[in-house]
Amino acid sequence: MKKRSMKGWLYLLPAILFLGCFMVYPLIDVLIYSFEEGYNSASQTYYGIGLYNYRYVLRDPYFLQALRNTFILVIITVPLSTGIALLISLGLHAIKPLRNPYQTIYFLPYVTNTLAVGLVFMILFKKTAYTDGLVNLLLQWFGGSSVDFIDGPYWAKMFVLCFYTIWVVMPFKVLILTSALASVNPEYYSAAKMDATSKSRVFFKITLPMISPMIFYLVITGFIGAFKAYSDAVALFGTDLNAAGMNTIVGYVYDMLYGNSGGYPSFASAAALILFAIVLTITCVNLLISKKHVHY
Amino acid sequence: MKVVLQHLTKRFPSRTKKGDDVIAVNDFNFEIPSGKLIGLLGPSGCGKSTTLNLICGLEAPTEGSILFGEDDVTRLPPENRGVGLVFQNYALYPHLTVLDNILFPLQNLRGADKLTKPQMMEKAMQAAKLVQIDELLERKPSELSGGQQQRVAIARALVKMPRVLLLDEPLSNLDARLRLQTREEIRRIQQETGITTIFVTHDQDEAMSISDMIVVMKAGVMQQMGQPQDVYDDPINLFVATFLGTPPINVFDGRVRGGMLYVGDDPVMAVGGVADQQVSVGIRPEGFNLDPQGSFRTHLVRVEVMGRDTSVVSTHPASRNPFVRSIIRADNQVDRTKETVCFSLMPNKVFLFDAQTEARIPFTWEAQK
Repeated sequence: MKKRSMKGWLYLLPAILFLGCFMVYPLIDVLIYSFEEGYNSASQTYYGIGLYNYRYVLRDPYFLQALRNTFILVIITVPLSTGIALLISLGLHAIKPLRNPYQTIYFLPYVTNTLAVGLVFMILFKKTAYTDGLVNLLLQWFGGSSVDFIDGPYWAKMFVLCFYTIWVVMPFKVLILTSALASVNPEYYSAAKMDATSKSRVFFKITLPMISPMIFYLVITGFIGAFKAYSDAVALFGTDLNAAGMNTIVGYVYDMLYGNSGGYPSFASAAALILFAIVLTITCVNLLISKKHVHY
Repeated sequence: MKVVLQHLTKRFPSRTKKGDDVIAVNDFNFEIPSGKLIGLLGPSGCGKSTTLNLICGLEAPTEGSILFGEDDVTRLPPENRGVGLVFQNYALYPHLTVLDNILFPLQNLRGADKLTKPQMMEKAMQAAKLVQIDELLERKPSELSGGQQQRVAIARALVKMPRVLLLDEPLSNLDARLRLQTREEIRRIQQETGITTIFVTHDQDEAMSISDMIVVMKAGVMQQMGQPQDVYDDPINLFVATFLGTPPINVFDGRVRGGMLYVGDDPVMAVGGVADQQVSVGIRPEGFNLDPQGSFRTHLVRVEVMGRDTSVVSTHPASRNPFVRSIIRADNQVDRTKETVCFSLMPNKVFLFDAQTEARIPFTWEAQK
């Protein structure tokens, strides 16, 4: 028995070593940094232990701005992208001809580089001395006045960021949901047809419950992904996100470490742990809700 | 409710452009009397499930019509036909409880048929009691055994009191013991409700044991229809004779010359009214009598004792199958030391078929003294 358990540990050793070095140790280290006041990574010194880092971060207007941006982004993009992806998947599932070409088109953004897409979005939305950008031209065509989406009012910038995020996460969700829809046993639909079930009832009582585990999976990963948003904002608004007022929590952490105002690993650690706490809470809430509404 | 099929044909277009259409159901004509249990029987791929789908309306026929009583339902969508269908894999909604599954069809009713909640509950309870699952209403389908799921599926099909109940391979997903039990159960439910019931099966035992009538199909063509015993005793062709009966019928190459049937070189039985010709001879396993003077001689391989009766396994040069199996009463002693066993044949268990068309050739025999 003892020998056998030794053998088991031996098999686990590579994974344990790897995870320990690159996950558990850094995590603990971050936790420690976050309580060490004024930690200097060059001299490995600090001058106190306490909650000062957290207090500072939570009072920092840049952090509060980042927190607000992140929350708005999460609340708008997760439900919208999942909902739109569901509609697109239902549409794809309903058509027979051209399904494959459409599926490919919807999947294309997934294999496209974030920054390249950001550049395209900038061209679409940015106002320059030479042109107002494609979107503004369209707005003017329909009689609206042009808006500077990249350097203009907050809501315009937020709109572009949300639009961009939704567009970027869509293909993966469409992919997952179309395969989920395809895996529903067609006998259920035959059975429903025999019983004269209305279309909406088939959707809400059969289709939706059947694919609910996948929807739930998408919502959880969507929340986590949106909370960790950073590169999308950089792609649109450049690296100085604080100046643009479009920073995210991860962006704040990065700035605290390496940005122009960087060099504060303690503040960065504290911010990262606050993000961790938020994501953990939201995921737990999600899990609790899902127990009631997700089947299987 | 009487069910009438008239010239019912279903053709599926070929997948390749050059190939021929697949005719799954070919010119079906039959009438199912009201309130009977009908077994649609045939080997896999013979079109029996397609026939069922045509009757319930999940598939549209290429030609022909379907009548329930006097109503022509050929063009009606499934929901307006008043049929209940039990799927082969039951198709119970896994996320709903047993009760919700049974209630589901009732909750779909709209307009004049709409029921109040107590009415729905009453009907659901009635159906649940009928199939004896009223103890399991709060469970999910995954928490039920196969047999219980089957009952739930039947209850769901019955709850709207359909005019016709259809069961697609109702016993194929159950183990041998449950199968026996469930087929009795289906018989009981059918008799209690008096609903015309059609079930599909490839297992002749199943069909024979509980049906009022069986319909034997082969490659989309109806072969024979009738009461199980009649079809068994009087098969119309070699296929029906081979398909019905366990152990299966023994088939030999034979010929008729001068009113005498020869199997191999032995004259085995006088057959009246048959012209001289080559024939296929079918002899039911129970059609052999152990008889030292018998003219039907086989080469003994082994004797299998099964308690109630004894199965003699032997070989015969003219047999189409590797072994000839004959079933005799257990009190008959077979001399296992001898190499040859002699039988006399029961004329009513012997069938002659045309060697080419496989159609039955009737013959007369003299009653034994």
